[in-house]
Amino acid sequence: MPSAQQAVLSRDALQTLLDHLKERGYRVLGPTVRDQAIVYDDIDGVGDLPEGWTDTQDGGRYRLEKRDDSALFGYAVGPQSWKKFLHRPAIRLWHAKREGEAVNVSAEPDSGTPYAFIGVRSCELHAIAIQDRVLLGGTYVDPHYQARREGAFIVAVNCSVAGGTCFCVSMHTGPKADAGFDLALTELLDGDGHRFLVEVGTDLGAEVLAALPHRSATQEESEAAQAVVANTAANMGRTMQAEDVPQLLMRNLKHPRWDDVAQRCLTCANCTMVCPTCFCTTVDQTSDLTGTESAAWRRWDSCFTVDFTYIHGGSVRTSTQSRYRQWMTHKLATWVDQFGSSGCVGCGRCITWCPVGIDITEEVQAIRESEPQ
Amino acid sequence: MTDTTTEDLARILREHPFFKGMPEAFCDLICDCATIEQFDAGAYIFHEGDPANHFYVLRHGKVALEIKAPERGSIAFQTVRAGEILGVSWLVPPYRLTCDAKAVELTRTITVNAACLREKCDEDHDFGYAMMMRFMPIMVERLKATRLQLLDLYGTKA
Amino acid sequence: MGTTGDIMVPRVARVRHSRLDGPDTWTLDLEDVAFSAGSFVPGQFNMMTAFGVGEVPISMSSDPRKPDLMHTVRAVGAVSAALTQLKPGDVLGLRGPFGVGWPMAEMAGRDVVIVAGGVGLAPLRSLIYHLINERERYGDIAILYGTRSPNDILYRDELESWRSRLDLEVDVTVDHATAPWHGHVGVVTTLIPHATFDPPNTIALICGPEIMMRFAIAALQDAGVADEAIHLSMERSMKCAVGFCGHCQFGPVFVCRDGPVFRYDRVRDLLTVKEL
Repeated sequence: MPSAQQAVLSRDALQTLLDHLKERGYRVLGPTVRDQAIVYDDIDGVGDLPEGWTDTQDGGRYRLEKRDDSALFGYAVGPQSWKKFLHRPAIRLWHAKREGEAVNVSAEPDSGTPYAFIGVRSCELHAIAIQDRVLLGGTYVDPHYQARREGAFIVAVNCSVAGGTCFCVSMHTGPKADAGFDLALTELLDGDGHRFLVEVGTDLGAEVLAALPHRSATQEESEAAQAVVANTAANMGRTMQAEDVPQLLMRNLKHPRWDDVAQRCLTCANCTMVCPTCFCTTVDQTSDLTGTESAAWRRWDSCFTVDFTYIHGGSVRTSTQSRYRQWMTHKLATWVDQFGSSGCVGCGRCITWCPVGIDITEEVQAIRESEPQ
Repeated sequence: MTDTTTEDLARILREHPFFKGMPEAFCDLICDCATIEQFDAGAYIFHEGDPANHFYVLRHGKVALEIKAPERGSIAFQTVRAGEILGVSWLVPPYRLTCDAKAVELTRTITVNAACLREKCDEDHDFGYAMMMRFMPIMVERLKATRLQLLDLYGTKA
Repeated sequence: MGTTGDIMVPRVARVRHSRLDGPDTWTLDLEDVAFSAGSFVPGQFNMMTAFGVGEVPISMSSDPRKPDLMHTVRAVGAVSAALTQLKPGDVLGLRGPFGVGWPMAEMAGRDVVIVAGGVGLAPLRSLIYHLINERERYGDIAILYGTRSPNDILYRDELESWRSRLDLEVDVTVDHATAPWHGHVGVVTTLIPHATFDPPNTIALICGPEIMMRFAIAALQDAGVADEAIHLSMERSMKCAVGFCGHCQFGPVFVCRDGPVFRYDRVRDLLTVKEL
C-alpha cells in the first residue's frame, strides 16, 4: 500500500482519537485489564488500555504477563469478543400487559448510544462479518443486532503478537486487517518512538482521521508495519488444513474420535461463550405472580446444554459425543452450507478457554490422519 | 361349510395370492389337507389355548387377533385381511394357540389341517422348504410391524 | 434484504372456539387479523404464545378456502398444556406463518399417498382440503392414518366424511383396540401395500413420529415410490422459527426455515445418523 495513503498517529493523538469519538457521541469500548484477563469494556482514555501487558495462551491456559515495553496492544485476544455488545447476552424482546380482556404487547425500542470499538483484531473483523451474514444477511433480519451494528465505528489493530492458540493464517482471517474497519492501526514501538501507522477503511474513518493531529507515514514506517504483521503470521500457535475440512468431517460423522473427545469434554459450554461467531440463543417467558405482565427474554444459549434439543419428552442430542460433534461440525462444516463460509476465524479462544484443553485443530488432524492416505 | 368340489378347491387355492407361483404338485398336496370354511361376523375362529390344528388362508373378510385382559376385556392387537394368513403357532411345538381370533366381518377361508400339512412337509422336504419360504417373509414382516407397535409411538413420553 | 418490523414480537389473537379432539388434544379456532383464506401454504406453522408460559411451533390445520384459523394442539408440556386450556374469549400470541410447506405444485396430475401418524394428521389436514377442493387435478388419493387406539383418532368425523366420498381412499388403523372396533389393527405402514396408487406416478407425503416416518418411507420404497417423490414433515426444538436461535438444526438444515417439509432424498443420509 503506498505510504501516501497511510498516516501516523502519536500516542497522544490516540488519546485525541478517543476523546474525539466521545465528543461525536460514541460509547468508546476497548480492551482493559480486569480479573487477570484482558476484557472489553468502556474506556476513558489511553490509560485504561493494557499498556505493557501480553498474554500467554495454550490449551486450557491463559496468563497475563508483563512485557518489557509499553506497548498498548501487545497481546492477542482475551476471553470476550465484540459479540457481547453486538449480539447481546440478554435482551428483552417484548413485554405484554393484560388490560381487562385484552393483552397489549409492546416491542422494545432499540435506542442507545452508538459504539466505537477500539482494538478490533482481524479475526474479530471476520467474526463480525460472519455474524452480519447470519443475523442480517438472510430472509429475516435481527433488528436488535442491526441497531447495534449499524453506526458502530471500528478501529482495528493489526496484531503484533500471535497468541499461543492462534491460527488465523490457516483460516485466511488475518493477521492483517483487510476489510470491515473505519481505521486500522499498526503499533510501532522502536527507537523512533511509540506511534501508530493508520490505514483508512471508510469515508467516515477519513473524516475522523482528518480531525486528529497526524502526518504521512514514511517508507520505513510502512515497511516496519508490514514486518510486524509478517512476524505475527510466522508465529501462529496452531495450524489447520482448512480447505477440505467440511467434507472430511461430514463423511466421518460416526468416527470413533467423537467418543474419544467425549471422554474429555465436560459440556461446560465455555467454547460457545468465548467463540466470536457462536450465535445460538434461547427465548424464555417470564410472568409476574398475578399473570398480568409477562415478557420474553432472549439469552445466549449453547448447543452443549442437554435441553438445547428438547422436544416433548426428551432431547435429540443427549450424549456428550453428539453435542461435541454438533458444535464442531457446525462450526467447520455445515456453517459453509448455511452461510457460505467457515464459522471459524482461527482466534483460538475455544482452545485456550476449554478447561480440559480440547483443541479443535488437533481433533480435525486426528480424524484426517485416521483416513487411509 | 360350503359345498365345494375338489376341482373348485384346487382352483381357489391356486388363484389365492399366498400360493401364487406354487408348482401344481405342491398345490395338490395342500388340497389334500384343505377345505373351504365360512365364518359369520362376530364368530370366533379359534381361542387362546386351543391346539393349533389349522392355519387359515383368508379369501374374504377380516379377522381380529385378540387377547383377553381381566380388567380391560378383549384387546385387539392386529387384524388380518383378505389375502393374508392367519395362524403361525402350527409351525412350532407345542402347537398351541396364544390368542383369540374373531371374524370382524363375514370371512371365508381356505382352512388347512396342520397335522396333515406337517406330515407332508416331513415326507417331502422340497415341499416343506417351499412352504417355509412362503411363511418366513410374512412372519418377518409381522415381527417388524409388531416392534413398531411396541414402541407406542403416539404415546406421550413421560 | 430482510423484512421490516420485529419478527420476534407476537401479535395478539383470540380464541373463538375450542373443542376436545382426542386425549389431551384440543382444536382451537382463532381470530387473527393477519389470517385470511389462502394466506398460508399447507405444511407451514405458527409460533403460538401462551402469555407468561412460553411459545411453541404448531402447524396450521385450516382448510385453505376458509377464513378461519385452526390449530390442533396436543398437551405434551407446559406451553402446549396452557394453550389447550384456553377458552373462547381468551387471548394468545401468534407469530408466523413460517417454514416451507407441502410441495403443492408437484402434485397435479399424480397419485397422492398421505401417511399420517397420531397428531401428524394435523399438518396434513390443510393439504387434504386443498386436494379435495380441486379434486379433478389429481389422480388416485389415498389417506392412510394410524394412531394408538380408536379413542385417539383425530378429526374422526372428517375422516368418516372423507371416507364416504367415492373418489378418495381412506384407511385408518390403530395400534390396539378394545371392542367395539371393526377397523384395522396394526401399524400404519401395513396399510401401504394395500393402498391404490401407481408408484412411478405417485407423490407421498408423510407426517408423524420420526420412527413411523422412517418405516413408512421404507414401505413406500418397497412399493416402488422414488425417494424424490417422498416428502416428510420434521420436528425439532424451536425458539425463534426464523433461523436465528440455532435450536432446530439438523445437519446443515434449519427445520424452521428449510423445512419443516423436506424432500426425502435431501435428508435421507442425515436420518441414518444417531443423535444428529
